[in-house]
Amino acid sequence: MCLRLKQWILFLIIAAALIIYPYAVPSYYFTALLTQVLIFSIFTMGLNLLAGYTGLSSLGHGALFGSGAYTAALLMKYVSKNMWLGFSAGVLVAGVLAGLFALISLRTTRVYFLFITIALGQLIWAIVFGWRSLTGGDDGMPGIGKPTVWSSITLSGGTTYYYFALISFLIVLFIIYRITTSPFGHVLIGIRENENRIRHLGYNVWLYKFIAFVVSGLLTGLGGVIWTYYNGFVSPRDASFEFSAEALLIVILGGRGTLFGPLVGTVVVVLIKNIIAAFTQRWLFVLGVAYILTILYARSGVVGTLGIRIKRWVGEWGE
Amino acid sequence: MKTVTIEGLSKSFEGLQALLDVSFSVERGERLVIIGPNGAGKTTLFNLITGEIPPTQGRVFLFEEDVTHMPPHRRTHLGIARTFQITNLFPNLTLHENIFLAVLGVNSQKFKIHQPVSTCRDILTKIERLLIEWDLQEYKRAPVKNLSYGIQRQVEVIMALSSGARILLLDEPTSGLSPAETGTLTSMILGLDPNVTLIIIEHDMDVAFRLAHNMIVLHQGVVIAAGPPEKIKADPKVKEIYLGEE
Repeated sequence: MCLRLKQWILFLIIAAALIIYPYAVPSYYFTALLTQVLIFSIFTMGLNLLAGYTGLSSLGHGALFGSGAYTAALLMKYVSKNMWLGFSAGVLVAGVLAGLFALISLRTTRVYFLFITIALGQLIWAIVFGWRSLTGGDDGMPGIGKPTVWSSITLSGGTTYYYFALISFLIVLFIIYRITTSPFGHVLIGIRENENRIRHLGYNVWLYKFIAFVVSGLLTGLGGVIWTYYNGFVSPRDASFEFSAEALLIVILGGRGTLFGPLVGTVVVVLIKNIIAAFTQRWLFVLGVAYILTILYARSGVVGTLGIRIKRWVGEWGE
Repeated sequence: MKTVTIEGLSKSFEGLQALLDVSFSVERGERLVIIGPNGAGKTTLFNLITGEIPPTQGRVFLFEEDVTHMPPHRRTHLGIARTFQITNLFPNLTLHENIFLAVLGVNSQKFKIHQPVSTCRDILTKIERLLIEWDLQEYKRAPVKNLSYGIQRQVEVIMALSSGARILLLDEPTSGLSPAETGTLTSMILGLDPNVTLIIIEHDMDVAFRLAHNMIVLHQGVVIAAGPPEKIKADPKVKEIYLGEE
């Protein structure tokens, strides 16, 4: 019980810090930075469910993010500014697309799985890039405006959107927590650890992977929708291979198969990109060094490596 | 009741005849030991019974149901489980988590996604019972890769059992064990529920003769002798090509 108390205290401190954050920082710039971190964390947490917990490293998740983002943008531009419509449609499209990706890619494993997910992702990117009349091609879709929450109430204003992103982030965090501590989540970990053995214990491995892929896609698509509403702009970059690769590297950097790994990884990468970039043009170099150090010295990522120490203090999550 | 029936089973791998026209059947509670030199096709036979690979010819029946075209995970649900010649566990997961996955595999809660594991009371109670029964409570939080090889082999058998299987296939359960550990594991197998059907591949002849009700001798994919242990011991062909080499 003592451990539970510590967990709750830690959780409340973090929650309080996140709530007062926009008023505690010197300028809106920092609020915007954290808003981006929260949105990309939704993406990387979604990817982590598949790549970290199930052991299927997808390099096509950028396309799922992009499909959510573009669905929301297209609806805003051509159909309706209603936010709930955008959410439902964006998440649904990403989920269906993830299902199709899964049907094709789950016939393979390991490096072949990587390749096939790259190919599938590039296919979506090519559609987005090539269909100029609909998506604006490489110009992207600028000026799509702010979505409406209810009749004339719109979701605008940086601080408001920060809270919106924060709530969305916490919901996704809770969903991932619930899934990964559930029997279903344990089976995913079992598949990652020893696929051949788990098959002989009576599990339909394919079905588990398929569900994990779709849920991962739904959450990734949600990230895409929230990103579109935040940015008011989408471009093929949001569905690109580079984006997929960056997300996978963030998951590895932060800690595969850990609850907070994607968040920590995203924080590190966004900080390097924005803060180091203020001092030197060579921020990509710094990022590269960070990845190499992770692979060499901290295979299980920042959270996986430091987590053991923190766990001793906080107690095991999910125990 | 016949729990396992094999009819004219053959398997060839790109020209290599691993098994040729093997037939036998096993009664409920029978302990059948399969012996034979390396490469005789013993593990291939197990892979065919559990459905890991399809046969080239012949049929497999479990509980008198034709399962020749049934995928492995569905066969598990009929009540068959196996262990592996090379220890095949979840090395990074704890003993508790290993057994949890084994019990969950045939439990209706295995797709439960919205509630934590702690809500699966029936499974957790069953794991506690198994750990007490096999005297392994002290190791339950340890990753199995940190446990001794002897205990890992025991865990293999416990995991196969914990699914509630009525047919157990044990692939060289004592391989690589010290004489003392072999003794422990043999007693463990002898102490199993007499209604459980066992098919055991065994290299250790003492263990094989201790466990067997019936034996089958495989040589180059062909059954060269079958029957109770005394008959096998006396069979001149077996002596010549198998026991003679010992």
